[in-house]
Amino acid sequence: MINERIVMAGFGGQGVMSMGQLLTYAGMIEGKNVSWLPSYGPEMRGGTANCNVIISDNPVASPIVTDATAVIAMNRPSLDKFEPSIVKNGLLLINSSLIDKSAERDDIVAYDIPANEIADELGNSRIANMVMLGAYLEATGALKKESVLEALKKVFGERKAHLIPVNKDALDRGAELVKGNSCG
Amino acid sequence: MAEMVFQRTKGLQDRPFHYCPGCTHGIIHRLVAEVLEELDVLDKAIGVAPVGCSVFAYDYFNCDMQEAAHGRAPAVATGIKRVHPDKVVFSYQGDGDLASIGTAEIVHAAMRGEKITTIFVNNAIYGMTGGQMAPTTLVGQKATTSPFGRDKDHAGSPIRMSEMLATLDGPAYIERVTVTTPAHVRKAKKAIKKAFQAQIERKGFTMIEVLSTCPTNWGLTPVEALRWLEENMIPYYPLGVYKTSEEVK
Amino acid sequence: MAKVLMKGNEAIGAAAIKAGCKFFFGYPITPQSELPEYMAREMPKAGATFLQAESEVAAINMVYGAAGAGARVMTSSSSPGISLKQEGISYIAGSELPCLIVNIIRGGPGLGGIQPAQSDYFQATKGGGHGDYKMVVLAPASVQELTDLMMEGFDIADQYRNPVMIIGDGMLGQMMEPVELREPQKRNLPPKDWATTGTGGRGHTNVINSLFIDPAECEKHNLRLKAKFDEMEKNEKKYEIFNCDNPDLIAVAYGTTARIVKTVIDKCKEEGINVGLIRPISLWPFPYEVFEEYADKTKAFLSVEMSLGQMVEDVKLGVNGKKPVHFYGRTGGMVPVPDDIVAEIKKILGGAK
Repeated sequence: MINERIVMAGFGGQGVMSMGQLLTYAGMIEGKNVSWLPSYGPEMRGGTANCNVIISDNPVASPIVTDATAVIAMNRPSLDKFEPSIVKNGLLLINSSLIDKSAERDDIVAYDIPANEIADELGNSRIANMVMLGAYLEATGALKKESVLEALKKVFGERKAHLIPVNKDALDRGAELVKGNSCG
Repeated sequence: MAEMVFQRTKGLQDRPFHYCPGCTHGIIHRLVAEVLEELDVLDKAIGVAPVGCSVFAYDYFNCDMQEAAHGRAPAVATGIKRVHPDKVVFSYQGDGDLASIGTAEIVHAAMRGEKITTIFVNNAIYGMTGGQMAPTTLVGQKATTSPFGRDKDHAGSPIRMSEMLATLDGPAYIERVTVTTPAHVRKAKKAIKKAFQAQIERKGFTMIEVLSTCPTNWGLTPVEALRWLEENMIPYYPLGVYKTSEEVK
Repeated sequence: MAKVLMKGNEAIGAAAIKAGCKFFFGYPITPQSELPEYMAREMPKAGATFLQAESEVAAINMVYGAAGAGARVMTSSSSPGISLKQEGISYIAGSELPCLIVNIIRGGPGLGGIQPAQSDYFQATKGGGHGDYKMVVLAPASVQELTDLMMEGFDIADQYRNPVMIIGDGMLGQMMEPVELREPQKRNLPPKDWATTGTGGRGHTNVINSLFIDPAECEKHNLRLKAKFDEMEKNEKKYEIFNCDNPDLIAVAYGTTARIVKTVIDKCKEEGINVGLIRPISLWPFPYEVFEEYADKTKAFLSVEMSLGQMVEDVKLGVNGKKPVHFYGRTGGMVPVPDDIVAEIKKILGGAK
């Protein structure tokens, strides 16, 4: 039985919303009940953006994530804001390329992921979000990587299909970091 | 054997008008109805009645009609015309309806170049509600809400709709006419016909402003009212063509 | 048709087009602007017309004209814009025209805010515009239900020649969920032989009108409308009963708030408290009878709303004094937090012992 309640947060432009949509789409492909809820309005204009994703075997009750099973923090304000909302033994993924601070809580599982550096190494600075998503999939086992790739195909269409291999690499690199480097 | 020289137009229903003696609404109704009949479009005409003295226009015109909320006739006509682009759609509005509460609707219908024809009856007063000041009431003219005469400093100068709308690109034809003499009546009919023709040829928005009398609320006899209109309204609201788009010329 | 992931605001548009809506007249306002944007993009592809009006007032009157001309037509807005449309809605109801109106409610009064709210309940269900009229008001709680009710809403409007309103909030408008566009159950829809289409040899003129200057005539018209509203009240009630097998307390909530209450029900279960939910889906007609029935099966009711207490008045009418009716609400765009509702429930049940 899965009941994943994820908060993804960062600056506008870090691909937070699209990462959330992709995961939601993948959940739908696997036949789960899913919802994606963005923050909107002036909050977004201020430069921070976040979305709530729920992937569950049961029908989704509230689409708002209050007790997160996982938080993906792409920048420092997001970490400060959402770390307290994680449930005990929940997951925290920190984009250590931009955040010079580790998790404060010791009752959760946390990973530092240098997502921007890895993205730069892969030659595409815009796929830091996919590195984080790869780490999330590996750490939770909630959904299959293949489902995310299938979702990506649908989202990208023909025109951007050439970007799929580098996105797959990013997912793999994120996953590797979780496999070998738990600091939780 | 006697020759038939005049008969009622098929464009009007066989029903007595409720208009006051000497009011020129009746003439204007008949001109619109005759034009619809002569252009052979009665069976594809859809009119929009306003709120004001001509609120019952839907009882008189012998074609499909919709009654609009006060001032909204151009928006209602827009909705109708978008659904039936091949039908002939017109709104019939007074000066309170068109030049006060419905200013936004008429300006934007004109701006969009809606292929409708608006008959704008300007009698410089609110008739139906009992003689209150209209946006078109002349400076110095007495009304129940300007009992000492319209004061320019307090209520501004009257609005000239034809001139204003003529500044837009959307209108294809705008003319101001009156119906105070047989010659003027003939001229008014020609203008109304030209407007409907331009609509049928999908040239753009068309409006005919008709300067009209209100003997009851002006406190004049019908004959005095005609004279008052010519002496006071025409100098401020000159008759003539205000807009003819290239396509109509 | 396979499921697709859709944003609420766009799902409204997709459902409308699928339902054969041929005209959309609107005006931008947050948080529903994605809907007119979607319509501007998608309607021409479907041979339909999107037109941005100069105001909400003009938009609703364009709807009046188009509906009177026989077309399937809709408009949408958010709270302040819906206030502007009230005149037109009253005319549409008075002239017996079918149309669909969407209100993605935001915090009020006045300009308020742009975050989720349910504070337009009174406006939607108790009149809003002037005169004795009613309209079916439907409050979906998921994107799927939103599309289902949109499609059915057009049929309801056509069946009764009456406006239908769908209400939601920014949460529902912005969230994405899997959606399948499903045909509603077939209704027997009367022909629109009353529409102004040009007489075209019909032999008589059609007139769309709500003016009856003779009071006796006007009363007759109103009584005829009343008979129609009674019929709607009899046929169009919708609600969901959830976990109501002898619960300690029954929460009452609609739309997205009902989703939050379902989370509350799970949390309460963990603490050994059995909470049920009655979710009105049609806010008008309101399912009063259900409350009287369930009043025998629980200790108390709690109406949870994103307002300062509007639906709670109908809940009280339904419960009819049989059990206490409590209220919990957040307002101005603040969304109720599950833990706070749990605390409220504990307070109520603690006090009831």
